[in-house]
Amino acid sequence: MRRSADVVIIGAGVTGAALAYELARRGIRDVLVLERAFPCSGATGRCGGGIRQQFTTPHNIRLAMESVKRYETLSEELGVDIEFIQGGYLILAETEREREAQRQAVALQNELGLPSRLLTPREAKEVLPLLDETTIVGATYCPTDAHANPFRVVEGYLARARERGVALEKFTPVVNLEVKGGRIVRVRTCRGDVVPGVVVNAAGAWSGEIARMAGVELPNRPIRHEIAITEPVEFFMEVMVISIHNGIYFSQTVEGQIIGGIGDPEEKPGYDVSSSLGFLRRYARELLRYVPALGQLAVLRQWAGLYDVTPDAQPILGPTPGLENLIQANGYSGHGFMIAPKVAELLADYIEKDVVSEELACLSLSRFMGEVKGEAFVVG
Amino acid sequence: MTHRPSRVTGRAEDDPIVCRCEEVTLSEVVRAIRDGYDTLEELKRHLRVGMGPCQGRTCLPLLAHILSRETGRHLAEVMGEISVRPPLIPIPLDHWRGR
Ligand SMILES: Cc1cc2nc3c(=O)[nH]c(=O)nc-3n(C[C@H](O)[C@H](O)[C@H](O)COP(=O)(O)OP(=O)(O)OC[C@H]3O[C@@H](n4cnc5c(N)ncnc54)[C@H](O)[C@@H]3O)c2cc1C
Repeated sequence: MRRSADVVIIGAGVTGAALAYELARRGIRDVLVLERAFPCSGATGRCGGGIRQQFTTPHNIRLAMESVKRYETLSEELGVDIEFIQGGYLILAETEREREAQRQAVALQNELGLPSRLLTPREAKEVLPLLDETTIVGATYCPTDAHANPFRVVEGYLARARERGVALEKFTPVVNLEVKGGRIVRVRTCRGDVVPGVVVNAAGAWSGEIARMAGVELPNRPIRHEIAITEPVEFFMEVMVISIHNGIYFSQTVEGQIIGGIGDPEEKPGYDVSSSLGFLRRYARELLRYVPALGQLAVLRQWAGLYDVTPDAQPILGPTPGLENLIQANGYSGHGFMIAPKVAELLADYIEKDVVSEELACLSLSRFMGEVKGEAFVVG
Repeated sequence: MTHRPSRVTGRAEDDPIVCRCEEVTLSEVVRAIRDGYDTLEELKRHLRVGMGPCQGRTCLPLLAHILSRETGRHLAEVMGEISVRPPLIPIPLDHWRGR
């Protein structure tokens, strides 16, 4: 294992992998990725793979729009089929209040150039013919939203990064960070120490633990989210569906399986990732309410992962006040996969050229010092 | 279930199938291990072996043997790394909804 590196990235989820690739592409190759288990073992390998741009804050919308542009050509760029399906996202609303929130969201999204639009229940049924349109009062739809396979994305990023000289050490947890004179001088792992140039905290739901090793408190909380996958059926939906009413999301993989989950507003912060029957019941009930025809489909597997949730449901990116060489890249609050390509560019700009973009400035850790206004649509 | 055409065209003697649900052959498994996917959990995610309707009942023990042989690690150690995800047999959504 290398004993020093210009950039030490902690965590080989989509964030760490995308950044390693983006740095290597720009010629910064002395990069070491330290991963406690194996790539995708955190939230990335457990996620729904949804790529949505229909958000309610300008930052989330812009980050997602820029990322979709990269995702559209990522299979060719990485030489790996990332199973990108650009079938749009259909967002269901069941109450007038939700409808009003959608009107405002679409107005903002359109202002920023996103082709999202309001649909009547009947129009929603045209997008998803198996939908029981009597369950909703309306929907929104954005045809350029998409989904992809997170394993393929991370494999592609890491393969191309490693070709250019990036080193990946799996089964190598970081156990401590040694701070001297306002910077991290040593990264301690279970397999020896590394002297870093800069350190990137891309440890997802565990980023709070990493920050604490350097004496920094993050406001992030780990929240369990459960998810399930069915046996495959004939391909019938390109669109990914979510509901702001109950937090359900579901899509169909290229293999034909229905993958989806539903948030639980009662879930308490913690690191437990066990699976529950309660989840499966709630998910099945809500899914079949919207799409009754799926009742005979068998559930093959269920599992859970952790959202890394911040007070405003937006990520924490960029420099750490008081520690000159610790860079935050966490707090994705359940939508880190979809914005990873653009976030990697912004962080690489910062590491390479010391450029702090408007996004980084607004999404830095220091924003939690004042009043906080956040993302309203925290789904999949 | 979908009836997608089988990808497997070779003869079983040359390259036997290790995972029937996902149609993964021995040579694909060996190549993946040599590419660095050298734990059962990583193989599963990379090749989708053991992710089909049988839930890995047949193929995971086979995989463990191949992995142990390729890496020289003890079989028990290799097997110990696998996580089990419920439900153990496929059960329709209708059942979970409760009627
Ligand atoms: C059920 C579920 C569904 C989701 N659906 C979607 C979706 O549809 N679309 C979307 O965009 N997002 C979705 N998300 C969110 C998304 O998965 C995450 O935002 C994203 O994967 C975060 O990636 P990451 O690389 O930052 O973190 P992670 O993938 O969690 O990676 C962090 C890595 O750090 C490693 N690590 C931790 N501690 C240490 C240590 N001490 N030393 C070394 N390494 C360490 C971990 O092992 C892990 O591999 C979902 C999440 C869940 C749980």
